[in-house]
Amino acid sequence: MKKRGFTVLTLVLAAGLVITGLTQGQAREVLMKAVRVCLECIGIG
Amino acid sequence: MGKGNVRLRIQILAALVQNADFRGFFTGRINQGALKSVCVPGLNCYSCPGALGACPIGSLQAFLSSRPVRFPYYVVGLLLFFGALLGRAVCGFLCPFGLAQDLLHKLPFPRRKLGAFPGDRLLRKLKYAVLLVLVIGLPALVLDYVPAFCKYLCPAGTLGGGIPLVLLHGERLHLSVGGLFFWKLAAALVILLLSIVIFRPFCKYLCPLGALYGLTNPIALYRMHADAGRCTGCGACARACPMQVDPSKTPNSPECIRCGVCTRCCPAQALHLGIRSGAPERKEMKS
Repeated sequence: MKKRGFTVLTLVLAAGLVITGLTQGQAREVLMKAVRVCLECIGIG
Repeated sequence: MGKGNVRLRIQILAALVQNADFRGFFTGRINQGALKSVCVPGLNCYSCPGALGACPIGSLQAFLSSRPVRFPYYVVGLLLFFGALLGRAVCGFLCPFGLAQDLLHKLPFPRRKLGAFPGDRLLRKLKYAVLLVLVIGLPALVLDYVPAFCKYLCPAGTLGGGIPLVLLHGERLHLSVGGLFFWKLAAALVILLLSIVIFRPFCKYLCPLGALYGLTNPIALYRMHADAGRCTGCGACARACPMQVDPSKTPNSPECIRCGVCTRCCPAQALHLGIRSGAPERKEMKS
């Protein structure tokens, strides 16, 4: 029961972090990074 | 259909869904849809021509290596969310690079396959060092705008992004291919070849995502439940575990990827995976 409470708390914390990130426009920054070929990732950057 | 086959089918489906822009594998162009603002749970390079979502480790490093460094609330939140729901079941069911290693491990090998490397216990800590040094430390403190893990190690990026893009873009990228590419190619090849002999060497020893999700295994909603009342202590589960966990003692070990092998081999049906802690009804053993 105690662990279940900790799980719920972690989920709430996760939701809070995601919302904070969204308000700061971080999802858009992830998008801008992900739609360009990452030269480092493919080993030529 | 066996439960092992169910897992394999889910893995294949997950890999296909996460890389469903099949046109990219012919045109060599990466997907630019809005879904790329969402991180997928597993290790799947966003420069893979078919990728529909973003890699969580790549995204994490993008924030940490930017200057000034900003806390990646969004990515950390998503990682915590996946971890709290599934823990390392992400590794067992949803990670495309985990699937690649699983398939390679099914290949026959003329000699006896190894359970783990010598010095296994110490080597398992390596993935935490990879997380702290290559994913967090170097990008945040030393290397400006350099995702060190992606650049120097990630075999998923080489396999999913590097090889297809270099093959598809021919002359243009061939000119840029140098020592770094060949280093990453060699690292990926070694890891993939080792996967034939050892079960998931990358997940066991190097994956920073596995290290993160492993920390959430004890609190994840989807977890292993061990019924001490039913356990006879025969040790069948520990002998069968491909990740060398003893589920009767540490059912929610950070190393467990929830493959479910132990639940199927337990003669007393003392182990089960799920959200609810109640053990399933005992089935009659086949004679």
